[in-house]
Amino acid sequence: MNNYSLTIDSITKTFGRRLIFKNVILKCEENGIWGIAGPNGSGKSTFVKCLCGIISPTRGKVIHSLNNKEIEPEKLHNHIGFVSPYLVLYDEFSAEENLHYFAEIRGVKYNKEKIDYLLNEFLLYDRRSDFVKAYSSGMKQRLKFIFALMHSPELVILDEPISNLDNSGKEKVYKIVNEEAKNSVIIIASNDDSDLALCSSILDLNNYKND
Amino acid sequence: MIVIWLSVHQSLILTIIKTTKGSAKIKMTSTALFRKDLASEIRTRYAINSLVMFIIVTISVILFSIGNEKISDYLSGGLFWVVVFFTAMSGLSRAFVSEEERGTSLLLQLIASPSTVFSGKLIFNLILVFSMNVVIANLYTALFEAFVIKNLLLFSAAFLFGSIGIAISSTVIAAIIAKAGSKGTLYPVLSFPILLPLILILIELTKMSMDGTTFEEGMIEVAVLICYDVIMISASYLLFDFIWKD
Repeated sequence: MNNYSLTIDSITKTFGRRLIFKNVILKCEENGIWGIAGPNGSGKSTFVKCLCGIISPTRGKVIHSLNNKEIEPEKLHNHIGFVSPYLVLYDEFSAEENLHYFAEIRGVKYNKEKIDYLLNEFLLYDRRSDFVKAYSSGMKQRLKFIFALMHSPELVILDEPISNLDNSGKEKVYKIVNEEAKNSVIIIASNDDSDLALCSSILDLNNYKND
Repeated sequence: MIVIWLSVHQSLILTIIKTTKGSAKIKMTSTALFRKDLASEIRTRYAINSLVMFIIVTISVILFSIGNEKISDYLSGGLFWVVVFFTAMSGLSRAFVSEEERGTSLLLQLIASPSTVFSGKLIFNLILVFSMNVVIANLYTALFEAFVIKNLLLFSAAFLFGSIGIAISSTVIAAIIAKAGSKGTLYPVLSFPILLPLILILIELTKMSMDGTTFEEGMIEVAVLICYDVIMISASYLLFDFIWKD
């Protein structure tokens, strides 16, 4: 049983004098799919980067807890999976080499069984030894899903998850997301209606823009 | 009293075990990051090519400009560290700049803690600096008659701690400039004031080892060199969190 919880305690983010969002409050205590909505430029990517600890909020706190104990910032990366179109994998390595290095650098075991399952699901198993630079943008996006899920994280953040994917790729992603949602908290940041249809609860960043 | 002493003792031992386990894990993940960087370097030749070309070009230029003239021993010692400094400037920033240019730094932030990233990049730069300095020293000894070291122990100490200092400084400066716009200009500009004290001590120690000064007499300079390394590594680990994030 996953006893992970995410508490977003009134966070505000500004870049210089520009307000991105203000006093956002959210608590995800149960496994499931949560949505972050808003038009282009509304701060969805900034918001999810705050959740990952990549950037700090100007005010407020993001608290990740596991079994009622706050996760140390130094170890946070092992509990989070992240997919986004602006995430770039190492082109000079094959998909398998990339995944091996990610596991080693994270300090977790290379779970061959799970990775092979994901490679099969995302139709990359036969191309796993090819260099990533030979992949199409859709294949790279699918590989990012494997990167995000390979270490079975408690929190999976998907920023614009279906960008560059064809219809079969989208269906596969939705199937896997629904499967993973049974064991993890999944946050989808998107303005695509089909992505947001998966979510049980949606937070619209447009409602957090007032000074 | 005994109970308190025992509980303090026990908690101290537990803390030490936990810290040792934690640092062993950081060491393991840093080594993995180093191996990733090494494999990437072997495939892309991001830094090695520029380092090798720079060494060949600078030593050739010095050789051509000297011609048949006899230069002083001290000048050749000074020029040795000038070549080392500028070669370091040409290639060592790649550790972070290549990640930033390719857009993979976000990926690194997602898979490793800042201390792991810094340690991994530092190991890579240490190996690169040592290899680069060994090549320069060998070429220098073979090509410059005036470059004769009389106290090899003193020179070895300067070489060892100097290389460590250059690697630490250039790694942290590379992390600072990686996010900036004009990286090429900023790197030597920012490195110059930070590396200047180090280069001055290294030139002094090289001069002493060419004179045949005993190790005991050069001990103060070696101690200053070690202090520089310790200060730089402590400051780098403390500051790296702020440099790496945001």
